[in-house]
Amino acid sequence: MALSIEDIKKVAHLARIEVTDSDAAATLSKLTGILGLIEQMQAVDTSGIEPMSHSQDLNQRLREDVVTKINLRDEFQKNAPILGNGSTLPAVGDGLYLVPKVIE
Amino acid sequence: MINSSLKQLGDLLQTKKISSVELTQTFLNRIQQYNPSINAYIALDEARTIAQAKAADERIASGNAMPLTGVPFAQKDIFCAKGWQTTCGSKMLANFIAPYDAHVITQFDTAGAVNLGKTNMDEFAMGSSNETSYFGGVKNPWSFDRVPGGSSGGSAAAVAARLCAAATGTDTGGSIRQPASLCGFTGLKPTYGVVSRFGMIAFASSLDQAGPMAKSAEDCALMMNVMAGFDERDSTSLNREKEDYTRDLNKPLQGLKVGLPKEYFSEGLDTNVGKVIEAAIAEYKKLGAEIVDISLPNTGLSIPVYYVLAPAEASSNLSRYDGVRYGHRAAEYTDLMDMYNKSRAEGFGAEVKRRILIGTYVLSAGYYDAYYLKAQQIRRLIAQDFVEAFKQCDVIMGPAAPSTAFKAGEKVDDPVAMYLQDIYTISTNLAGLPGMSVPAGFAQSDDGVSLPVGLQIIGNYFDEARMLNVAHKYQQVTDWHERMPELVLPKEAK
Repeated sequence: MALSIEDIKKVAHLARIEVTDSDAAATLSKLTGILGLIEQMQAVDTSGIEPMSHSQDLNQRLREDVVTKINLRDEFQKNAPILGNGSTLPAVGDGLYLVPKVIE
Repeated sequence: MINSSLKQLGDLLQTKKISSVELTQTFLNRIQQYNPSINAYIALDEARTIAQAKAADERIASGNAMPLTGVPFAQKDIFCAKGWQTTCGSKMLANFIAPYDAHVITQFDTAGAVNLGKTNMDEFAMGSSNETSYFGGVKNPWSFDRVPGGSSGGSAAAVAARLCAAATGTDTGGSIRQPASLCGFTGLKPTYGVVSRFGMIAFASSLDQAGPMAKSAEDCALMMNVMAGFDERDSTSLNREKEDYTRDLNKPLQGLKVGLPKEYFSEGLDTNVGKVIEAAIAEYKKLGAEIVDISLPNTGLSIPVYYVLAPAEASSNLSRYDGVRYGHRAAEYTDLMDMYNKSRAEGFGAEVKRRILIGTYVLSAGYYDAYYLKAQQIRRLIAQDFVEAFKQCDVIMGPAAPSTAFKAGEKVDDPVAMYLQDIYTISTNLAGLPGMSVPAGFAQSDDGVSLPVGLQIIGNYFDEARMLNVAHKYQQVTDWHERMPELVLPKEAK
């Protein structure tokens, strides 16, 4: 299945990674090679084989419904990124994280 | 002292023949001398390291020491260590200071071990040469123009160059075993679920597993005693009884059935590497092992399957890096979508982006069945190959990597060629089995340089103690694991 520049741009959009036109062209040739490798799978008859998502047969463990974590908000917010767009302040305010306005 | 085993170091410390501060300073001095050339470490914090060594000395004085108390280790920069810069080799996390400890770090702290620093790695553990690191490549201590392997390349070079007593690594498709082979030391990837992934930055969660990288099997066993154990914070951590991984080290190998998969000795394997592996097998015969020819017919499919499943899991795991709460945020952006797009475009390197895109593609509408589901089905076939094989043998042996260390830059523009480095290691990750690489000798490269070769030992689920026994007995009759590279520093530029 041949990939196109449009496919690359669509997938990059889904992955939220900006690509320029020249990036997309370079990425296309690399991804085409990788997909060629992956394509070897299609020669295998897998009808009736149960997919294996994990090496261990695990059940989700349950825990008591009690508080197990302490509030580390201040500690975590020390790693907040720089706000950007001219500001060099951390992207936090009143204990919240600051992002561009999304609701008018 | 730099060549001493962990047991010897532990004994010297506990009989107070050396102090942890002295031992730690010895390694810090070597790091100062050699790290600017080798680039094995990307974060050092001498004051913090020495403080840990002092605390270890006090603990030893108070009589509460454990076997590894006071011994200095290097930690792969994939493990969060509270207060340490923890980058996973990425620009995305270049300024990230871990707010808590990974389970592995807690286990070493509890044992009283000393953290020498954080080691370089391929970005988000995606690579087989350490060349995708934002912090630059790492030199192979045996030949500075070659790569140490990856992704645990910094830990590998630190162990080989004796810039630590031993180190931790992680292995998603071969990232402990391939560098162990290329740098000539002993590395173990345990059974999936034996070592907690809590605080270990995620790449492909159904495959990632941490393990020891050390000079010998005995050292690895002592480290497994520290690293392994149930941790309720990792939902895939296995609740098993605590094991002593040193318990079987000296068992005789008489009657051990060693399976040799024909697929591991076919085309693609460097002839000189193949000869070293054959010599190692001959040594095992002398030790009483019985050789059984086996087949793992789906070995060749492990790479295509892995390059669907690992990127699929990675594309999901790495969606957390959005520039909102931590990590890189673009300096200029117009709206939220633009902030995500630019932050991720700038924060991730080329290989990480490729894998996110592949993962997003194989999971996207219309391709899920053809790629993701298909890969999961073939994953089961690969795992079943091993189930059949272990009906005929106790352990499987073969090469850990198809070649010796290659030159920096040689494969960096050809992802597919790079991926083939892990042809002998990936299938054990897919099956969840434990695997090791053990130094087995040296092979001549095309340009006449003698480079280390690793023998891979694959065991059945939870058979680490036996594999360590199998490796240890070999190390009692060979000295490949004691060989150390002669480090030649470049002449200082005036």
